Formats: sequence, C-alpha cells, structure tokens
Amino acid sequence: MSASHSVSSYWKNRARRHTMLMGYLFVAPMALYVLIVHFIPIASSLYLSFTDYNILTAPKWVGVANYVKLLFRDDLFRRAMRNTAQYALEVLPLNIAISLALALLVNRATRGIVIFRTLFYLPVVTSIIAVSMIWLWLYEPRSGLINLILGKLGVGPVNWLGSPALALHSLVLMRVWRGVGWNMVIYLAGLQGIPQYLYEAAEIDGASGLGKFRYITWPMLKPVTYYIIVMGLISTFQTFGEVYAMTGGGPLDSTTTVAFLVYQRAFQYFEMGEASAVAFLLFGVILVLSLVNIRYFQTRLD
Amino acid sequence: MRDVRQEICGSRRWNTPGPHSRASLERRRARLRRALAGAAVYVVLAAIAIVMAGPFAWMLMSSFKPNQELFAYPPVWIPTKITFEHFVNAFRYTNFARYFLNSAVVSVTATLLNLFFCSLAGYSFARLDFPGKSLIFFAVLATMMIPVYVTLIPLFILVRRFPLAGGNNLSGQNGTGLINTYWGLILPYIVSVFGVFLTRQFFTSIPTEINDAARVDGASEFTIYSKIYLPLSRPVLATLAIFSFTGVWDDFLWPLVITNSEHMRTVQLGLQIFRSQFLVDWGPLMAATLVVTLPVLLIFIFNQRHFVKGVVTTGLKG
Repeated sequence: MSASHSVSSYWKNRARRHTMLMGYLFVAPMALYVLIVHFIPIASSLYLSFTDYNILTAPKWVGVANYVKLLFRDDLFRRAMRNTAQYALEVLPLNIAISLALALLVNRATRGIVIFRTLFYLPVVTSIIAVSMIWLWLYEPRSGLINLILGKLGVGPVNWLGSPALALHSLVLMRVWRGVGWNMVIYLAGLQGIPQYLYEAAEIDGASGLGKFRYITWPMLKPVTYYIIVMGLISTFQTFGEVYAMTGGGPLDSTTTVAFLVYQRAFQYFEMGEASAVAFLLFGVILVLSLVNIRYFQTRLD
Repeated sequence: MRDVRQEICGSRRWNTPGPHSRASLERRRARLRRALAGAAVYVVLAAIAIVMAGPFAWMLMSSFKPNQELFAYPPVWIPTKITFEHFVNAFRYTNFARYFLNSAVVSVTATLLNLFFCSLAGYSFARLDFPGKSLIFFAVLATMMIPVYVTLIPLFILVRRFPLAGGNNLSGQNGTGLINTYWGLILPYIVSVFGVFLTRQFFTSIPTEINDAARVDGASEFTIYSKIYLPLSRPVLATLAIFSFTGVWDDFLWPLVITNSEHMRTVQLGLQIFRSQFLVDWGPLMAATLVVTLPVLLIFIFNQRHFVKGVVTTGLKG
C-alpha cells in the first residue's frame, strides 16, 4: 500500500516538475524579449536622462542638470507641457460626452444599426497619418471642404492650422472625430452589461428617461468611464503623429506637444540625454494623473 | 334607431377596443409616436454618419477628380469625370510600390511572430504551473503602461549598435547596425504584451479536462498547445492577427526613427513624400492615402466582430 503510494507520488512529482519546466520554456522567449525590448531600455533611458549624450561620443554624467534645465529654464518644454495638458483637457470631456451619446444611440436593435456602428468606428481603424492627410486636405484654407461649406454659409475663410490661436483646437477637433468610435464600443459593452431589471424596477417606480440615465446608467458606467479617462490620458499625452504630419509643432510652437519635443530633441538635435529626461517627465505626469484618477474613482465607487 | 356611439364604433360593443375606441386611439397614437421617434433616431444617425464618413467620401472623390475640379470655385462636389491620373502619378513618380512591399513584409512577419510567441506564452500562463508565474505575468502586463517615448531612444541605440550587423563589430561600433533593415523595422513588434494577455484570457476558458485527457494519452505539452489549443482558438488568433497587422501597418514613429534610406520607407512614411514645405500635391496624396488605408479598412469591414472582441476583452476585463 505504502509502496504504491510513494510510487504514485514519485510520478506525480515528476509530472509537476515537467509542467514547471515546460512552463518556463514556453514563457522564456516572450520574457527574454520583454526584458530586452522593455525593461532594459527603461533602465537605460533612466540612466541616459542623467547624462549628456549625442550618440557619437560616450554619455557624460551630468546628474540632475537635464531635469533642472527642463523644469526651470526651458520655455519650450513648459510650452509643450501646457499645450499637451490643454489638448487632453479639451479632447477628453468632448470625447466622453459624444461617445456616450453615440453608444446610447446605437444601443438598440433597429434595422441597419450595425452599418452605423461600423461607420462610426471607421476613423479608429484608419492610421493617424492617413487621417492627418485627409484632414490636412479638409482644413486647406482655400479649397478644403470645411472652408467651402463655411463659405456657403457666409463664414470664413478660417485658417485652421495656420493660426497660432486656432491650430491646437483644430487638432482637438480631428482627434475627437477619430477617437469617439473607440470609446463608443467600450461604452456599448458597458451598457450591455447593465442588468435590465434595474430599468424595469425604475419604470415601475415611474422614473423618467433622464432619471434612469442619471440614477442607473451613469453610475453603472462609472468603471467604464474611469477606464476611458485613464486610457485617454495615456494616449492624449503621447500625441505625436498628427503634430508631426500636420503642423510640425507650429505655428509659433502652438502645437508642440511633449512627445513631439522628445522626438525633436532626440532625432533632430541629437540631445539624447535631455530627450530621455523629457520622456521620463512625461511618464511621471501620466503615472500621477492615472493614479489620481484611480484613487478618485475608487473613493467615489465605494 | 341606432346609438350614435354605435355609429361611430361600428357594430362592436362599447368598451371593446375597436378601431375608433379611445383605447385603440391611444394605442395608435403611441405607435405613431414610436414610429416618429424611430424615424428621428434614423435622422440623427444619418447626420452623424455624414460627419463620420464625410472625410472618407471627400478623400475618395478627391482622388478621382481631375485637377481643375479639385480646386474649382464654386466647388465641384461629385467629379463629373472619373480620372485615374492621380493613382498613376502616385505610383509612377514615387517609390510607392516599394513602400507597399516594405510595409507588407514587416506587417506579415511581425504578425506571424506575434501569433506564435504570444500564444506560446499565453498557454504557459493559462495552463502550466511554475513558481513566479504571476509575478512574471504582472511585470509583463505593467509594460503596457510605459509610454513608447521612454523606450524609443534606447531601442534606437540598440538597433544602431546591434553587434555584427550592418558593418558593426562585436561591440556595435563602426557600422549602421540594423538601421534601414527589415529586422530593425520588425524588432519592436515581435511580441505584443496585448497578445499575451488576449491569448491567455481565451485559453483559461478552455476546460482543463482536455489537458488531463491528452496527458493520459501521452501527448506532450507542445502537442496539446499546437494540436488542441491553437485549433480551438481560431477566433482569438484571428483577433490577434488583425490587431498586429493593422498596428504595424499603421505605425509611423518607429519607421520614422529607424529608416533614413528612401528604399526602406513604409507606406505611412511614404505619404509624406507628396508634401514639400510649401506645396502639396493633393490629388496623388489623396489617391495614395486611399490605397494605404484600403487594406486595413477592408480587413476591418470583413472582420468587425474580431475588432470589437479585442476592444472589449482588453477594455473591460483588464
């Protein structure tokens, strides 16, 4: 009895060791890759941010000089931070309001609704460069579609991307157009997860449509909204493609974002150390904003 | 003499909801209201659809419009004559065919590598037990939070100083490394953390009894993974393939940083060629944008449920 028991436990142990080995073996290629392409670069980027490095000569340790310069003596960095924050602050509320309205609108089983959902999602699957090119043409001051339509209404011509006061808002408008489809799908999934009996109970209590939205839909969608805000912060704070392709940061630095500044400093001026410091400050801002958001929503949810 | 009411209500008894009774009137009114509300919804939907699809329609029409109609005032909304000159020019005067080939090579290779490495790791995380598993899993997931700009510069240096490539010596000097090569272009796309997460989530939904039965039959773990799990996971693999392909096809920053040779550009970079500082060649630019966008649009339109599944899985269960 005891002999057969120990034999079976021997085999069990062997099987467990084998699974363990296989587990490591299967994970190894991915883990090694993530180590080389994510973790080591994060560490070396942090190191570079404390150096003066132009690629051609070896990095020179300068301590916190890059950070001090950026935070206290660099007008363009401060401008880029302000532009990026303003951009995010304009994009996020518009995006949330419109995408939620769209989700409520397409959350019905009407004939042909799938076609509308598809149409609203089309800008999301189009590359940012293609979208930029299309909107560059729409925004064209003389022959662009938007000014043609405005001209019919007796307005304009508006210099969408050429005016320092307007260029950032024009980028916001395009980003909202491109982004609402994505959040609509997420809100749609959230809406379909709300149990129907809540609405039925509210109807028995005589709740109006607006009341149902305010006391059921909106609170039940809180986790989704929180997710959308965090993801929105992460993506809007990294805005680069449209700036590079449409405005080049101008006019008069009015559309220079932090991500664009990283690119400019690193790959146009070859100030790799300083660019790394900009990247880490960007990372810090994103992290803090996300954590604040998570804390805020957790206290509100409990 | 017949009751007036009966006259109105026909031969039916009072109170029975006939075609003209109060109850039926109310019902008809409600039905009418519903129909009107339904129609209003369609009107709103159509208006939004025009805003969302309008820019695409304008791109489409602009790429088939002859130049004089492209810049005509008053504007020509729909081309009176369809021309292919912009497409011909886009491909004749630029290297666009080559950019297309580059993008296809990079996107397809990256997608295949992704499918294999992500699902292999996903299987391990879902079905195999080993010490440190959850630590590794969350460490890998956490990288999704890191902005690409943090790793961009070291990755560029890694590619440039890649040992024994592009004339480099063992310590990565003297040459250009993997800059302007396909491997350099593919490097950051080989394993997507999103894909590891996606496959792992799907694999955990497959009943473990399958593993036990296969192990009793003497199947190795790799056989279980490749002969049982992969075939069962076609939908999620399709989702991953679509996301990898479109992600790589659409990416702009990495090819911008890692290529400077005209021959190694990808399509997204190639679009920049129609613009110089002061002049934009709108016709060919719109034609080329259409061609660049078309593969992804077609993939999306024919695989919508996979797109939605990917968004929802990573969006809500994360």
